[in-house]
Order: sequence, then C-alpha cells, then structure tokens
Amino acid sequence: MKVASLSFRTRSGRARLYQLALAAALVALAAGAAVTTRENLAARQIRSGFGFLAEPAGFDIGEGPVPFTPQDSYLWAFLAGLGNTLRVAAVGIVLATLLGTVVGLGRLSRNALARWLSTAYVEVLRNVPLVVQLLAWYVSITELLPDAASPLQLAPHVYLSKSGLAYPTPVWARGWALALGALPLGLGAAWALLRWARARRERTGHTPQVRWAALLLLVALPAAGWALGGAPRALDVPEVTAFNVAGGGGVTPEFLSLLLGLVGFTAAYIAEIVRSGVLAVPHGQTEAAAALGLTRRQALRLVLLPQALRVIVPPLTSQFLNLTKNSSLAVVIGYPDLVSIANTAINQNGQALECIVLIMAVYLFVNLLTALGMGVYNRRVALVER
Amino acid sequence: MNDPLAAPARAGWLRRNLFATPLSAFGTVLLGAFGVWAAARAFHWAVGGAVFRADEAACLALDHRAACWGFVAEKHRLILFGRYPYAEQWRPLAATALVLAMLLATAWPRLWRRWIVSAWALVMAAFLFLMGGGALGLRRVETGEWGGLPLTVLLTAVAMTASIPLGVLLALARRSPLPLARTLASGYVELVRGVPLITVLFVASFVFPLVLPQGLGLGALGRVCIAMTLFQAAYLAEVVRGGLQALPRGQHEAAASLGLGYWQTQRRVILPQALVLVIPSFVNSLLSMFMDTSLVTVVSMYDLTGSLRLALGDPRWRSFFLEGYLFVAAVYFVACLALSRYSQWLERRLGGWARRPREARA
Repeated sequence: MKVASLSFRTRSGRARLYQLALAAALVALAAGAAVTTRENLAARQIRSGFGFLAEPAGFDIGEGPVPFTPQDSYLWAFLAGLGNTLRVAAVGIVLATLLGTVVGLGRLSRNALARWLSTAYVEVLRNVPLVVQLLAWYVSITELLPDAASPLQLAPHVYLSKSGLAYPTPVWARGWALALGALPLGLGAAWALLRWARARRERTGHTPQVRWAALLLLVALPAAGWALGGAPRALDVPEVTAFNVAGGGGVTPEFLSLLLGLVGFTAAYIAEIVRSGVLAVPHGQTEAAAALGLTRRQALRLVLLPQALRVIVPPLTSQFLNLTKNSSLAVVIGYPDLVSIANTAINQNGQALECIVLIMAVYLFVNLLTALGMGVYNRRVALVER
Repeated sequence: MNDPLAAPARAGWLRRNLFATPLSAFGTVLLGAFGVWAAARAFHWAVGGAVFRADEAACLALDHRAACWGFVAEKHRLILFGRYPYAEQWRPLAATALVLAMLLATAWPRLWRRWIVSAWALVMAAFLFLMGGGALGLRRVETGEWGGLPLTVLLTAVAMTASIPLGVLLALARRSPLPLARTLASGYVELVRGVPLITVLFVASFVFPLVLPQGLGLGALGRVCIAMTLFQAAYLAEVVRGGLQALPRGQHEAAASLGLGYWQTQRRVILPQALVLVIPSFVNSLLSMFMDTSLVTVVSMYDLTGSLRLALGDPRWRSFFLEGYLFVAAVYFVACLALSRYSQWLERRLGGWARRPREARA
C-alpha cells in the first residue's frame, strides 16, 4: 500500500495539507474557547453540566398538555415546553395549509374580486414582520376583547374573551378510551381493504367499489368502541359566571395569538407555493384530460393534482419547518414554548450553554423527523424517471 | 374569447371576470358587499372620524370608534429613533438618510462598478461616526442608546454586507474537492438553518460572553451583529450554491484548459457568472433579513419594533397600541413592497442575458 504523500508538489498532497491546516486551526479554536469558557464560568461561579435537569424548576407553566407544578424538575419543564411547541405547530400547520390553499387558489380564481382580495392578503401578510403581527394580535386580544365576566359568544357554549377561548369538551370516560383504542384498528382495516382492492384491480382489471366500505370501517370501529364503553355523552360545558368563564376546555390568549400570527403569516407563503405549483402544470394537460373524456373532478384528481404536488411538496415542507421554528417567537408574548422555558431557565441558573444545546438538539431532531417524513411522501409523488 | 359579436371590451371584461357563472356572480356580490362595507368602516376609522393631533382628551372621547393618530404624532420620534438623546436626533436621521440614498444608488444597475464597494465602506463609516460621535464637536452616544429605524437599518446593512463574503466562502467550501471543508460547511449550514433565529440570538447574548475572552470589547450591539451575520451567511450560502450549480460544467473545463488554478477559476470565471444569476434571490434574502431584524427586540435591543414597545410603555397612550402597530407595520410594508417590486423588475431586466436561476430559497 502506498503511503499518502504530504507534499506541495502534487494536487492530492496539497489537498491533504490544506485539510490538516484546517483541522489544526479548528482544534486550536475549540481548545481556546474551552479554556476561556472554563475561566469565565469559574469567575462567575456558574456550574456546568446537565445535573440541573433533575432539580426542581421552581417556576410555573400555566398551560399545555403536560401537567406541571413548580416542584417538577427542569427536565420535565423542558418536556412541557416541547409539548407546547408541538401543540401550536401541529394545529398551526393544519390551519395554515388549509388557509394557504384557499388563498392560493383564490389568486387563480376566474373571479377578479377573489383574485384581488387574495393578492392583497398575500402582499400585506408577507411584508410585515411576524414579530409585529404577533404583538399586534396579542395586544388586540388582551386589550380589545371584553372581560371574562361578559365574553363574546361565538356559538352555543363557545366564548371568546380577554382570557382566551372556551369551548365544550367531552368528559373523559371509558367509552372515549375505547374509541381512541379502536381508531388504529379502523385505520388498519380500511388500509388493508384498499390494498386488497388495488391488488385485485391490478390482477384482474376489475375495480371493486370499496371506498365507502373503507370509510365505514374507519368510522364504525371507533363508534363501536364508544358504544361498548357505555356511549358517554356528557360534555364539560363552559358557563359564564359573575367573574369569569368556568369549565370546559380552553386555550389561553397567548396560544390564540401565537396561532393566529403563525397561521396568517405562513398561509401567505403557502398560498404562493400552491399558486406556482398549479401554474407549473402545463395547460395542455387539462386539455389532454378533457380529450380523454375525464370529468373536471377526475382531471383534477388524476392528472392535475399529482403533477402540482410534485412542485408543491418540497417547498411546503420548508414552510412547515419554518412555522415550527417561528413558534419560538412565543417568547415575545409569553407563551411557554420550549425556547421561552429555556430562556426562563437561563435567567434562573445561568447555565446558558447547556440550555441552548438542548434547544438546538431538539429543533434539529424535529427538523430531521419532518424532513424524513416529507421525504418519504415526496418520493411517492415524485416523477418516476428513467 | 375573441368573438367579434361580443359586447364592447369593458362589459366583456366585467362579464368574464366578475359574472362568468351564477356562482361567480354570487361570489362577486357577496365579496363586493363585504369589501365595500369593510372599506367604508376602515376609512371612517382611519381617516373620517380620526384625530390627528396629539390631543389626549379628544382621543379618549373617541373611545376607539376611530383612530387616534395623536399617539403616533406624539411619539413618532421615540418610535423612529428609540432612546437616542432627543436633542441629537438629527444625527440618526441624517445617518439613515445617507444609507437609504446609497441603497437607492445601488439599486440602479448602471452604477454597478467596482467603486461602489468603496462607496459603501465610506457611507457605513460616516453612518457609524454620525451615530457614535465623540469627535469633531459631536457628543459621544453609546451604542446602548441607539434604537429605532437606524438600528434596523444598521443591523440589516452590516449583516448583509458581512455575510456576503462568508456565504460565498461557505458555498465554495460546500462544493470543494476537500472532504473536510465540504463536511464542515454542510454541517454549519444545516445546523444554522435548522434552528430558529432566536436561538442564534440567544447564543449571541448568553453564550458569547462565556466563550469569548473578557475584555474583547464586544458590546451587545456587536454581538447581535455577529449573530445576524452568522445566521444570514448560512442562508446566503445556499443561494450562492444554487448559482454555482446552475453553471454548466464546460465553464470549469474551459478554465482548466486555459491553465487557471482553483482560485483564479472561481474569481475570474465561476463567481462572476454565478453571482449575477442569483441576484433576485439575493434581494429576497435581503428582504427576509430586514424583517428578521425585528427579532432583536427579544434580546432587549430597541429596534423599530422594540422602540414601539418602549413608546407603548407610557400609560397615557397605552390604549392606542393599534395605531402604533399600524404605523410600524406600514413602515415595514412600504420598504418590503418596494424591495420585492424592485427584485421583480431586476429579474425581468436581467432576464435577457442571464438565465433565470431556480428558486434557491423556498
């Protein structure tokens, strides 16, 4: 085996030398930073290490799917923050996709008024910074809405006030647990049925009409679970009392304004993605579909949408990730997301290095997961090339 | 559609665009009625019934049925210049005007000559001198007191100009034949693009003071500038990479056959073409950078957004926040709209001699 040369004479030798120099410079930089960090930490009497995660956090987190008290540990606080981040991101992604699709198609509408309104929406929302929008939503909700003692009634038992949105929720019972447990069963059964129908079509050319049966399975199995569990029908309904709205489920003004801001802002970008995706399908495809005798709906579902999705999915993925990352702006309005909780922790114990490493790791992990999932989906819709 | 027997052009347009089908006509009537109602309400709120003087009593009498622009009239200097000493505020005004004039000049492709780089360096030096003072009879003003629009402009300008060379280097490293450089550059770009800007700002305000030696003399402003630059460079690197990928291989081969080395090839053949290709994406990047500066309000800097919050701290005017936010939103909106229209114009103008690059930053 030849020994790798380290001379300036050859191209590969120069390449090795440059890389060695780069590596050496990096190691020197890292070592220098480590030494100064150690000195600085010692001078300010800040501990290092992740030991603090097990200690009680001492602050309270007002909302979220994860129950939290000040006696719980920092680790639990970070998890509660992550729960809040994922909650607002999940709801936000669904709503922003819906609104963005409507506005994007609106920009292509044959009705000029719909076109103008959609364009105005996109131009305004895209050109005002998200922070300004979030703050404006938050102040509007907490200042302009009526007090909780006399809330706006949006629908029967749905109240909106300075303290947020209150709505009825089902009282948790065995029936709901059974329904939830049966949901994956229903999903699996429907999927298996559709697969069987497809395999049969490919084998025999005969298309079994199973779509309704699959839908029935999907609904019927959870419904059966619900009925077996005693068909719980009790609702926890919010009631207006002399001082506030009590009972029911609800979201805080912080969650509401973060959601409104993120959805409004991201939808403007999604609208442009949808519009360009639809425009990217050549008009000849519509004509070809018509020539084949497909109805408008069939043409949309079988010809236009599959081709538009190819263009839409990759940038849409970036928007989903952007929305998730932008939810970190929660810190300006006090919604306890991951970043805002890390901020509180840093202010309490000064362990900035550890807390920031934690946030970054979590975001990179979420990014990776989303990218993987969307990559799988993208491969399914992508053009099959030679 | 070109039926010679059709109604005159205007009526045809109306029918095609507003009343093509019963559904479309229904939508037009519904949307139109809503639009007219909303426009009338908005006009009454913003202009018709509004108070424009800084008259607190008149504003309170409105009871929010119409706008009180008196808040903006009273506080516009605080919103625009933050906590900069009141008597000296002609300095940030002049400094900002200087940078904006330079920006306008740069927007004119005919002036894209080598000297524009030196002109920018001169303008930035003048900006810093006007803001900071400390010589020629100008009072010294610490960076902690800088705020409002000049801070927004400064952050955008510094982060943008400093991140261009860094971004180009990162893009070149990502396509370099050296595996270590490639890995490091990809790792850096993916790391920075994967986390929110806020975490990068947190790094600037919490981690830099720990990692850097004491007495390096980096104020909060300097740290934030560095963080914005590092963040922006990662995004710019992707923009430049798009341009590099768009160049045909033949350009590299032609340079090699002329006997040019790596840096000669990049500097004389590849980069001039690649950078021109991505100018529209560059402007888009500049646009998001400009809007992103509003995030520094999270680490207690009083940029345009932050100084508005400062102004809203006055309990007498606090309830007129909507007018304040509309004012700041209008400033951003006008600037961003002008910039995006400019980028579209530039794209059309350059379209003749440079192929359109793919969208680099989705």
